[in-house]
Amino acid sequence: MTESGGLDARLQWRRGALALDLDIALPPRGITAVFGPSGAGKTSCLRAIAGLESGSRGSVRFGGELWQDSARGVFVPPHRRRLGYVFQDAGLFTHRSVAGNLDYGYRRAGQPAQLDREGLVDRFGVRPLLARRVDTLSGGERQRVAIVRALLSDPALLLFDEPLSALDAAARDDLLGRLETLHASLAVPMIYVSHAIDEVARLADHLVLLDAGRVVAQGPLQATLTRLDLPPALSGAVGAVLEGIVVGHDAEDHLTELAFAGGTLWLPRRGDAVGRTLRCRIGARDVVLSRERQHASSALNQIRSRVVAMAAAEHPSQCLVRLDAGGCALLARITRRSWQALELEPGSEVWAQVKATALGG
Amino acid sequence: MALLSPQDLQAFGLTLRLAATVTASLLLLGTPLAWWLARTRSRWQRPVAAVVALPLVLPPTVLGFYLLLLLGPHSVVGRSMAALGLSPLPFTFAGLVVASMLYSLPFVVQPLHNAFESVGTRPLEAAACLRAGPLDRFLSVALPQAMPGFVTAAVLGFAHTVGEFGVVLMIGGNIPGRTRVLSLRIYDHVEAGEYHQAHMLSLCLLVFSFSALLAMSLLRARRHRHD
Repeated sequence: MTESGGLDARLQWRRGALALDLDIALPPRGITAVFGPSGAGKTSCLRAIAGLESGSRGSVRFGGELWQDSARGVFVPPHRRRLGYVFQDAGLFTHRSVAGNLDYGYRRAGQPAQLDREGLVDRFGVRPLLARRVDTLSGGERQRVAIVRALLSDPALLLFDEPLSALDAAARDDLLGRLETLHASLAVPMIYVSHAIDEVARLADHLVLLDAGRVVAQGPLQATLTRLDLPPALSGAVGAVLEGIVVGHDAEDHLTELAFAGGTLWLPRRGDAVGRTLRCRIGARDVVLSRERQHASSALNQIRSRVVAMAAAEHPSQCLVRLDAGGCALLARITRRSWQALELEPGSEVWAQVKATALGG
Repeated sequence: MALLSPQDLQAFGLTLRLAATVTASLLLLGTPLAWWLARTRSRWQRPVAAVVALPLVLPPTVLGFYLLLLLGPHSVVGRSMAALGLSPLPFTFAGLVVASMLYSLPFVVQPLHNAFESVGTRPLEAAACLRAGPLDRFLSVALPQAMPGFVTAAVLGFAHTVGEFGVVLMIGGNIPGRTRVLSLRIYDHVEAGEYHQAHMLSLCLLVFSFSALLAMSLLRARRHRHD
């Protein structure tokens, strides 16, 4: 087992019809997303790391601490693992007020002085809710309280189980923004389970792809999502995630211009200030390839790139093409017929056309 | 007080003392039992739950009869108690308490069992991930969330103990001041043709039972409005 200082988990168990067999190694910093189709075992994976899944056998090590080693009969119970867990349904205590919920873990952690309790309460907009009963809160408010509650228990590892999945679009967007800020300011590593690729693309640094109870790929986000050998169940998720800097806004057309290593991109206007770093996901099926730059196309974005590799896609009519644009990886899903008609091969110069409307809102 | 004779009042006091003792003891012993029933995955869960429910369907006289045999001076229990210098349980207040506890067991354990089940695992898991150990989780999450179940259990356990007849007759023997409770006193009055006294005591029990049930349902309604 490697001493990454992060999380190393090798676990096997059965849960109903699903046989889980996990081998995960995560870095000690940043957000790791566990992504996969529903029923892939994402939540079970998170629960096993927390020690909530009885029946999982194997070993879990975190930051030099041994949490579980079934061969040696070691099992550290969840309350001694120093972790924060944000459940899909928030899991707030209905017999306590919002403030009572926040205090629960904070008191038990010994009210650590280095935690900025008031700052966290304000940052997640929880202050006006403190005196409220938990069952009068909206879904978004619940999750915000649950996140602050977990942070106040002074965790060394934060686990999120699809915290946004039950929220409406506005609440989801709001919380996603807050989590992005948290990501930038918090040194505690986080594991974030999700089945929504746009959340993953915005938050994660590292990615673990699960399918049918097994890890099919893991590694840095961009590299993993642009792999050509992912199973069909994950085909909707493949694509590039570009990181760029906001260089300007077009107020009249409501567009934002993003500069990245391979050029610039226009996307639907976002609220971010000029100079801010922004991530943008370009799904493989939203990319059109052409040999020449188009002058009468509705696609706002045309990125000069070079073909790196091609692989068969799950449907026999299609293929996946990996491109390089100034050092950034792009992925395009096109038909085999187009591949042949354009006489493409590794090394070919192409223009990747991307509709701005496909770049989220 | 002219309405109730001193003997009636004595029976009244004895009944209250018995019901209070039995309810308190049952809450104390029934809580861990109900917690185990609600949380365990043992294959003994269902057999144990069935045993707990037995007094619901068994004629009280059957229960009393077996208890009499089990606790009597010639039984294993009776002889070992005598060896320890303790007097045998039948025909004593302590004997009544033991018998009533068995008889009222399901009325306390089942509401608690349901209440613990309805708490579910999520709040307990959340507490565990906030550094609460097992006992801490039980005291700070399970108990407060199951509180309505405790109110129901206490009211049902108390009322049911007040109302029992067959078991106390078998094991208590209707001894004035020691084991003659209200229900036995009413029976005595009827047998002696003292219908007026029987009326008074019966009315007391009727009003008591009705108030207990009404209070319980009002408490519940208030809780629901809060939730």
